[in-house]
Amino acid sequence: MNTDRIMKIDKSTVVKIAELSRLELDEHAAEEMVVDLNRMLGFVEKLQEVNTDGVEPLIFMTDETNVYRADIVKDEVSQKDALSNAPKKDMYYFRVPKVIGNSD
Amino acid sequence: MSTVYDKYELVVGLEVHMQLMTKSKAYSGDANEYGNLPNTNVSAISLGHPGTLPRVNSKSVECAIKLALACGMDIHKYVFFARKNYFYADLPKGYQITQDKTPICTGGQIKIKTEDNSDKWITITRAHLEEDAGKSMHDQDPFDTLIDLNRAGVPLIEVVSEPEIRSSKEAYNYLTELRKLVRYLEICDGNMEEGSMRCDANISVRIKGETAFGTRCEVKNMNSIRNVQRAIEYEMKRQIDVIEAGGTIQQETRSFDAANGTTFSLRSKELAHDYRYFPEPDLQPLLISQKQIEDLKAQMPALPQELHDKYVSQFGLSEYDAMVLTNEKEIALWYEELIKHTKNYKSACNWINGPIKAYLNENALHIDDFTASPEQIASAIALVDDGKISASAAAEKILPELVKHTSKNALQIAEELDLIQSSNEDEIIGLAKEILEAWPDKVANYKNGNKGMMGLFMGELMKKSGGKANPKMATAIFQDLLK
Repeated sequence: MNTDRIMKIDKSTVVKIAELSRLELDEHAAEEMVVDLNRMLGFVEKLQEVNTDGVEPLIFMTDETNVYRADIVKDEVSQKDALSNAPKKDMYYFRVPKVIGNSD
Repeated sequence: MSTVYDKYELVVGLEVHMQLMTKSKAYSGDANEYGNLPNTNVSAISLGHPGTLPRVNSKSVECAIKLALACGMDIHKYVFFARKNYFYADLPKGYQITQDKTPICTGGQIKIKTEDNSDKWITITRAHLEEDAGKSMHDQDPFDTLIDLNRAGVPLIEVVSEPEIRSSKEAYNYLTELRKLVRYLEICDGNMEEGSMRCDANISVRIKGETAFGTRCEVKNMNSIRNVQRAIEYEMKRQIDVIEAGGTIQQETRSFDAANGTTFSLRSKELAHDYRYFPEPDLQPLLISQKQIEDLKAQMPALPQELHDKYVSQFGLSEYDAMVLTNEKEIALWYEELIKHTKNYKSACNWINGPIKAYLNENALHIDDFTASPEQIASAIALVDDGKISASAAAEKILPELVKHTSKNALQIAEELDLIQSSNEDEIIGLAKEILEAWPDKVANYKNGNKGMMGLFMGELMKKSGGKANPKMATAIFQDLLK
């Protein structure tokens, strides 16, 4: 059993993931999340018992390859429909709070 | 005088993102078009709606293979995509679909000129397919950032070079060559101003002779090749100044300010890049077959480097002439057509780089809008070669008529305009004698070594003959008479 690979989630990990996902967690929620995530990891921890030496990771559930799409324009959504679900918008644009110097 | 700056060596690697010239997006069917109304080229997939499934555009894979063939890259047979996770409003899915562990191409080289005009090969680390993000506009509104998702999902190829670039001029030349290549291949229009080609520069300095790299800064937001060069020049000086003052370089992302040619820190990285890459489960892997590669190889256009080499080694053109001819694909193709009709390669080159380009510039035209045909220009070249018209008459008088009357050849026009040169030796000798008799002081001048007088004599002769004297013959006659 590869016990060394078992991950333990602590509060600083939760805070970091929340920050990366731009989620706001208060003290209480963060602590609950630590418990929840560790419970989930514990659930899949069972898998660590299996010897996987020499087994390639399984990435895809089917053997299908080369599922291409021809370079043709279709399935466009109208501007009105595209904007319809946005919490804030104008006639042309989605509007979001201003965040400068944080783009990627 | 050597300065402290001379102690240091510049080390640059470039990451170039190029939008591929497909009709539809990388993983969805919405249009890949620049300049449309905001949020009109969108689909459920590029908007990041739940429950949607992307599919790979076959054309974008072809573009990558073509580039690989052109640069001698290895094309990987098994390729799968990855999610690069980050949170930002112009990336509605919350991740970019890219290639991480299995870039479609690795290795390969691009030939550039160095500072002293010698050849150098820059190694390409990798090239991979990914998608563009939407566009955020921060300065249109005082309170909100406006988001346009037309660009979200546009296919990109990112080409990463090894840190082998050693001067800002080399960086300039590398980008110029890469842009020329993708334009020849017709996979990207290479327009840095419109952002279809973008470059991030990883810049560091080290003491000459040092083998370890210095700490690098990544500089973004240069909207022209020239500005990449300027940013590198500024950044090199800045880093040396910091080190010389006893400081250390912080690894960071900086932005170029074109207005004053400086760079400034974009953000501190208290959270280092943590993109949590993992394989994209929604896209099945690609198996690139040898047949697919061979088929594309058969469709490859002539490349600038190949044409350049042919012009120099087979046609005997100068490096400079060959470079000017191959800078633009359309010009090179026009030349290729022209030399199907004439074997005077040098003259054909001079026509394009001289009178034809001058005509295009004066009329603000592109070579594609040039109405005269290669056959017509070849007929003018033949007429000059046969001594029937002068080169200047061909360029100044015949060319404008060829453009207007595309059914006529140069001989017809020369006859209509009465431009056929006189190669009647007696007639030219007569005129030449008259001129020399009228200018005894200039003749003395010439005989005293002022060979520039010949121009004056020839000018007179052309006036008297109505521009029709064969200049080669006339020069020989003057030289003979002035002995």
